[in-house]
Amino acid sequence: MATGAFWKKHENLYFALTNPKVIIGLSLFLLMILLAILGPMLTPYQYDDFAGAGYQPPSREHFFGTTIMGKDVFTRVALGLRSTILVGFIAGTVATLIGCIIGFLAGYYGGKFIDELLMMGTNIFLVIPSLALLIILSAYLQYRGIVVMSLIVAITAWPWTARAVRSQTLSIKNQEYVNLSRISALNLFRILKEDIAANMFSYVFMVYILQFSGTILAAVGLEFIGLGPTEGISLGLVIKNAFDWNAIQLGLWWWAILPGLVLTTLVVALYFINTGLDQVFNPRLREL
Amino acid sequence: MVKKRAERVMAIQNLSKEFKSGLIRPQITVAVKEVSFEIRAGTILSLVGESGSGKTTIGKLILKLLKPTSGNILYRNKDIATFKSKQDKTEYYRKVQGIFQDPFASFNPLYRIDRVFDLIFKGFNPEEKNRQEKIKQALKSVNLNPERILGKFPHQLSGGQLQRLLIARALLLEVDILVADELISMLDASTRIGVLNLLVELCKKNGMSVLFITHDLNLGYYISDYTLIMYQGRLVERGQTKKIYQNPVHPYTRMLFESVPDIGRRWNREEDFLPEQIVDDVNKFYEKHQGKGLIEVDEEHSVLFSCD
Repeated sequence: MATGAFWKKHENLYFALTNPKVIIGLSLFLLMILLAILGPMLTPYQYDDFAGAGYQPPSREHFFGTTIMGKDVFTRVALGLRSTILVGFIAGTVATLIGCIIGFLAGYYGGKFIDELLMMGTNIFLVIPSLALLIILSAYLQYRGIVVMSLIVAITAWPWTARAVRSQTLSIKNQEYVNLSRISALNLFRILKEDIAANMFSYVFMVYILQFSGTILAAVGLEFIGLGPTEGISLGLVIKNAFDWNAIQLGLWWWAILPGLVLTTLVVALYFINTGLDQVFNPRLREL
Repeated sequence: MVKKRAERVMAIQNLSKEFKSGLIRPQITVAVKEVSFEIRAGTILSLVGESGSGKTTIGKLILKLLKPTSGNILYRNKDIATFKSKQDKTEYYRKVQGIFQDPFASFNPLYRIDRVFDLIFKGFNPEEKNRQEKIKQALKSVNLNPERILGKFPHQLSGGQLQRLLIARALLLEVDILVADELISMLDASTRIGVLNLLVELCKKNGMSVLFITHDLNLGYYISDYTLIMYQGRLVERGQTKKIYQNPVHPYTRMLFESVPDIGRRWNREEDFLPEQIVDDVNKFYEKHQGKGLIEVDEEHSVLFSCD
């Protein structure tokens, strides 16, 4: 009885945990998190340690093989994954927050001066070629840590979120059910919470997931062209390193492909969660 | 037959509403222009007009969902624009309620339909013990089976069912004024008459007034005591339903009556009927009667002869 009542109250959670797409996505994502957290403990090596002979294909000793210099690829990937997930987390959060705040304000005051002003700013950011801006910014900053890296990526990632959130707010606030709540004498806070925020939540949550994967890819892209963190480790740097050493041409496919595979798995996992949650949040897409 | 005039519940005085769009060179759309009428207790008014004539806007202004550009709405001699506090608003909505045009959009898709009933109990009647009983009764009176309906999501029900739910919601409150926007647009013919009769009955019994927003003249004639005809944001003819239907004066009203298809009369290919001409006709009519304004042509029957 007690569990039944719990599921009745948290219906969305129930639908989420029984949706196959969410299950696949979530387990892949958890696997990646586990790899990032526990991976480095599985090997006795550090990031830059010379772990053994070079040119070693994946084996029991070196799960992902070794580089030309004899460094352990698995250790590097696991540590790189850590910082890449961190970049996604920070940059995704910042981009979503900025986008939501600007978008919501613009939508709430739709048509007024503040809306025009905010949207003008957003449009300016939207038409700036983001890669060029990123390259200039990254080149200009002498020291780039993970956090700076995340902020650089976040700066160009938020505009589409702001636009999308604005139009969502505009359309929801004019819905008839908001009016019905108003003439039911529901107070403003509850209207904002139950009618507007609740209908936005699923959308914002999915935007967040998209931002998470989008910023990860953007960060890796920057790292790949040599504008990554000046110090430290990341998945993009591992791939760039492999590329610099002509890993593929020399037959060290594990060095380049496996980190890429890990990155792809991470993004695909997020994508699966995203589409799965779409069905969960929208009762119309549920199978009855 | 002259009935004794009932108490005036609401007065709409010189109400105008403009919508602006664009910031630098705003485009102004006049939705409602200098509209005045009264709602008396226990009467049914039908507000008739074509799409875009401003009918729905008047309904929203009465429900305080939009702010008028100018003019006042008085409810029991108090200007509703002064109802600002939570308490005043609650009191107002306890007595003035609405049913919206689009039943599909009137329900928050995330919640079960029971929410609309919970909200009105929470908002207006938190002490009520017999909630379930009352809800069931209201649902039955609009021909819905409570066991089948309650606990469903809005997308699982049809437009007609949702519309009847909204009517049931309004019935749960003992209101003074009900603004019913295209109330029965989605009901099938067999349920229609039942719901209409139910409304009339409530009016006579509880002294409820209904502002019936519609474009269906037959319906207006069937149900209403008074009729208001709207054309391009203005009230062009108002008065007792019978008088207007027997003696339409304004060209727009005449055109409306001509465009109603009758049962038992088939479309005639030879007959010329051009509703588009009405714009010219109305302008000529206004020119001819320049300076006259709104005139009472008969007792409780006024016509707008010109708008200057």
